[in-house]
Formats: sequence, structure tokens, C-alpha cells
Amino acid sequence: MTEQRDLSFLSSSSVPRRRDALRLLSAAALGAGAWPAFAQDSKRLPRLVTVSGAITEVVYALGAEGQLVGTDTTSLFPAAARATPKVGYMRQLSAEGLLSLKPDAIIATNESGPTVVLDQIRTAGVKVEIIEADHSWGEVQRKVQAVGRAAAKEVQARELQARLDAEWAQVLQRIGGAKGRKPKVLFVLSHSASPQVSGEKTAAHAVIGFAGGVNALGGFNGYRPMTAEAMASAAPDIILTSTQSIEAHGGVERFWQRSELALTPAYKKRALITQDALLLLGFGPRLPAAIGELHDKFRAALA
Amino acid sequence: MSQRLGARAVLFGSAVLLVAAFAVGAVSGAYAISLSQLWNVLTSLGQGAGSQSPEHLVFLNIRLPRLVLGVAAGAGLGMAGTLMQGLFRNPLADPGLIGISSGAALAAGITIVLGASFWPMLPRTLGSWTLVLMAFGGGFVVTLLIYGLSRSEGGTRMALMLLAGIAINALAGAGLGLLSVMATDEQLRSLQFWLLGSLGGARWSAVILVGVAVLLSCWAAASLASPLNAIALGEAQAALLGVDVERTKRRAVVITAVAVGAVTATTGIIGFIGLIAPHWVRMVAGPDHRIVLPASALLGAALVLAADTVARTVMAPAELPLGVLTAFIGVPMFLLMLRHFRGRI
Repeated sequence: MTEQRDLSFLSSSSVPRRRDALRLLSAAALGAGAWPAFAQDSKRLPRLVTVSGAITEVVYALGAEGQLVGTDTTSLFPAAARATPKVGYMRQLSAEGLLSLKPDAIIATNESGPTVVLDQIRTAGVKVEIIEADHSWGEVQRKVQAVGRAAAKEVQARELQARLDAEWAQVLQRIGGAKGRKPKVLFVLSHSASPQVSGEKTAAHAVIGFAGGVNALGGFNGYRPMTAEAMASAAPDIILTSTQSIEAHGGVERFWQRSELALTPAYKKRALITQDALLLLGFGPRLPAAIGELHDKFRAALA
Repeated sequence: MSQRLGARAVLFGSAVLLVAAFAVGAVSGAYAISLSQLWNVLTSLGQGAGSQSPEHLVFLNIRLPRLVLGVAAGAGLGMAGTLMQGLFRNPLADPGLIGISSGAALAAGITIVLGASFWPMLPRTLGSWTLVLMAFGGGFVVTLLIYGLSRSEGGTRMALMLLAGIAINALAGAGLGLLSVMATDEQLRSLQFWLLGSLGGARWSAVILVGVAVLLSCWAAASLASPLNAIALGEAQAALLGVDVERTKRRAVVITAVAVGAVTATTGIIGFIGLIAPHWVRMVAGPDHRIVLPASALLGAALVLAADTVARTVMAPAELPLGVLTAFIGVPMFLLMLRHFRGRI
């Protein structure tokens, strides 16, 4: 019976109520009383499922982890997120599996699917928030807003966003003020056997640009397999890769043994920067810190 | 086991297996629905739109269409597998041989990897149907191509069809390989999952379309049972017995293309069912297509339902790809059968 009520609460007019709930939330924090909007289970905050590592990070950043009932396999940070029930890979969600967690809202990026499953979940009265991943700062802002809305933590979300916006402005200003040549950076992703390099319209392309570098590769969108001649002609000063790629190769030494890299300027100086994939490409609340750190590593590698 | 089981016993047994698999599938799943809740859902069906409890929504909109799709998929694959093995007179034949799966896979790969850049309008106008329609079309076109290649003056030659099928399948495989080079990581994973099959995309509109396609195909296939029995003696003998061999071939190919094409387009590639269900039945009941066709359809449906029930419960709330389980469950059982009935292959 209680579930029935929860779902009907969501499918009916939850939008105007949310504002009341918010006001009451602050009141409740002061111990002022229950929420009349759903008096029967007054203390219950919306249950959330997040499908994307960065969105899960936002939930933790807002202190809403108590409401988190499930995450996808890309949710690896903070470590506690690994212990939450896993709903599978973000492209292969299961309608019944998701609903069995009895969530009030699911927050995902537009890379999640299948669409049919998301439709079925919507039909069952669960709110589905989809955030467009366009590798911009706006993406991070939208994630914070969406989680704030879905978790009924809009005040905290606004505070978090103000803080992140300030951090971001500061990082961009610092990078904009940097003098000297912009390094040509090649991003290599190799979680499986054959390494791939990133072209335009990728998270890596955006991140390299933000951190004051230039993507050594252009003229194509997405990822391409890495080939020796193309790498030689791209002539990157720095190789950027994920920690996971290095692990897959069995260490930095082995990574440099790849023949494709031997003719690059980066090889001569062994200019390699590794970063956790989720931190680097996730576009979550840690983006300003990640970009700042990456910029410093670029400078250090060029020096 | 010297005496073969009676035809009725085999049909009855397959039907019982199917009903059992359906019942187990209906009461198991990630979302806990107790028997009494299920009873409430079922009894409230006749009374129109009554209470819309979560159990109601989950069962009627998610689990039930999935079960029905499983029945349709398994029946279509089992029936089509029988047609192909009968037509080629080859125990290795399965519907993939005439290019349906590879054509569908290639079209699905093109849609997943290049769809957004080639036809930006298409996904917007067709929505989630794009992949389904493309895959069905791809399977059908490739099947027609292989059928066309196997024509010669004397009619359709099965050896030619077999070779053309193998060649075209290899070509489609190369196409998929090329696509996987161009694909992003996400696209590659989508494609991989598609190639392993899943009933997770079951929605009533698609389920009804596939169900109708499979029902019509099974109905049409029924009239091929006797001609296929004659062809088992050899094409020349069948012709002497008054069987229109060409017409039988054409019909078998079209029926298979429609049934397996519709199934594959909505579920991705579900392996092994079309191969093992007919063998299984033949080992127990003998080679009469009047029994093997319907019994393979029933058994195929039971196998797919059983595999899918495991697929959606064993890792809940996540799920496993169905193709992995049809192999994991079907193959060991099949090998046991092979040992038991080794004298009859």
C-alpha cells in the first residue's frame, strides 16, 4: 500500500509541491514539523538511482547518499558508491531491475538506455531525469541542478553550484593567464586490447582545451584506433591517458614500448600524464580541480 | 529407450515444459511480486482499469510483454531451425545460414554506429523503431540476396545456397568488423549487447507485431511438414512423389526470413535455439516434420523463457545478455542428450 501512494505522489503534480517541500525541508531541519503534502510518510526523502559516475558524485557532494538506492557500473567514486546495488552498464538497463529498487527518480545522461526501458520506467510513474552530455561546464551545472531537484535538495544544490562556479571561474582565469606555447596533447584510451585516440567532440578533446592544451588530433569526431604514422604526424608533446589504460598495459614501461608512440616528441621526453578516467572525463563536481591539476601537469611537462 | 516416444507424448511434453517455463517466469523477477499480488493483478484484469498498483504496472507492462516476446522468439527460432535443417537436409543448418542474422546484425551495426551521422532525420522520425526496422530490412534483403545467388537453370540448388550463405555471412562479418573500428566505446558496447540478444526491449506494440509475424509463419510452415518429409528422401524422390520442391524451398526461405527477421530485429541475436530445439525433438520423437515443427516451436519457446528468467534474476537489479544464457543452459543439456541418444544422430 505504501509503495502505491509513493508512486502516485510522483506521477501526479509533483512540480508545484516540490517548492513547498523545499520550504518545509528547511522547516523540518529546524524541527518544525511534518510535511502535509505526503503526511503518511513524512520523513521519507526521494529514493534515487543514478546512471553515470559523475551524477553519483554529485549525489555525494550534496550529502544525499542516504537516498541513493542504486548506481550503474561507472559509479566508482567515492569508494562508498562501489558498495551500492549495481543496475548494470548504463546502456543496458533493466526496467524490472531498476523498479525493484523502488526509486522515486532516476538521473541519467542521454548516453543511457535502452530508450524502451527508460520509457517503461516513466510509465511506471518514476521520474526520469536525462542530462545531455555535451562536454561543457553547462553539463556539470545541469547535473547539479537535476540531482538537487530529484533529491529534494535544491538549496544545497544551489550552494554547491555557486561554489563550483566560483572554482571554475578561478581555474579558467588562471589557465587563461598562463604564458607560453600551448602543448599538443594526445589522449590515448586503451581499456581493452587496441588503443584508441580521441578526435573532436569527445570529453578528452574538451578537457585538453580547458586545461590550456591543444588536441594533437583533429579533423574527425570521436575515437580512432592508434596507428604509428598518424601518431608521428600528429607529433604530440604530451601523451595523456587514463590510469586504467596504464593498468591494462601492465605499467608505464610497457605503455612506452608501444611502437605507435616511438616517433612522437612526447616519447623523447617520456612526457606522459595519467589521470583517473572518471575524474578526467566524467564532467562531475571534481572537474575544476581536475582541470587545474591537468594544467599544472601540462606546464611541468613542457618545462 | 529403444521405442520412440509417441508423437502425442512429445507434443504434450513440450507444451508442459513451455507452460512450466512461463509460470516460473511469471513469478520470478527482480521486482518481488508475491503469488497473492499476482492473483490480484490477474483477477483485476477483467474489471477494466482498476487499481494501478506498482505490481500491476510492473507485471502488465514489463514482465508479461517480455514473457510473450520470449514465447514468440523461441517459437519462431525453433520452427525456423526445423525448416532450415529439413530444407538443407543438414543437421548443422540454422536460420543464420541463409543470412538473416548476419544481415540484421550488419544493418543494426550500421544504425548504431553510423545512424546519427548518415540519416539524422531517421531516428527522429522513427524513434526507437529505427533499429528494429533497419534490422528486419537488413535480414530480409540479405536473405533474398542469398536466395537469388543460389538460383540456377535447374532451380534453386541447396549446395549453392549454403556456399552463398557462408560467403555473404563472412562479408557481413567483415562489415561489422569495419564498423567496430569506426565505433566509439559506447557504440561498440551497444553493438556487442545487440549481438548477444535480450528480451529487455519488450513493449506491447513490438511484442504484438512479432507475435503476429511468428504466428502467421508457424501457420504457413504447417503446410510444409509433408513436403519436407518427402525432401528428406532426396529432392528427386520428393519430386517423383509429386512435391513442388521449388515452391517448398521458396516458402521455407520466406517463412524463415519473416519469423526470424521479426524476432531478431526486436531482440538482437539469440543463438543456439534454432540449432538445438529441432535436434532435441528429433532425438526423442524421430524425424517426422509434422511432429518436429510444432514440438520444436514449443520447446524453443520454453528454452528461451527459461534462459531469460535466469538472465533477469541472477544478477538483479542488472541483467545478463540472453545469448550468453541460451548457450550456457542449452548447450550442456544438449550435449547430455547427444550422449544419451548418440545412436540416433
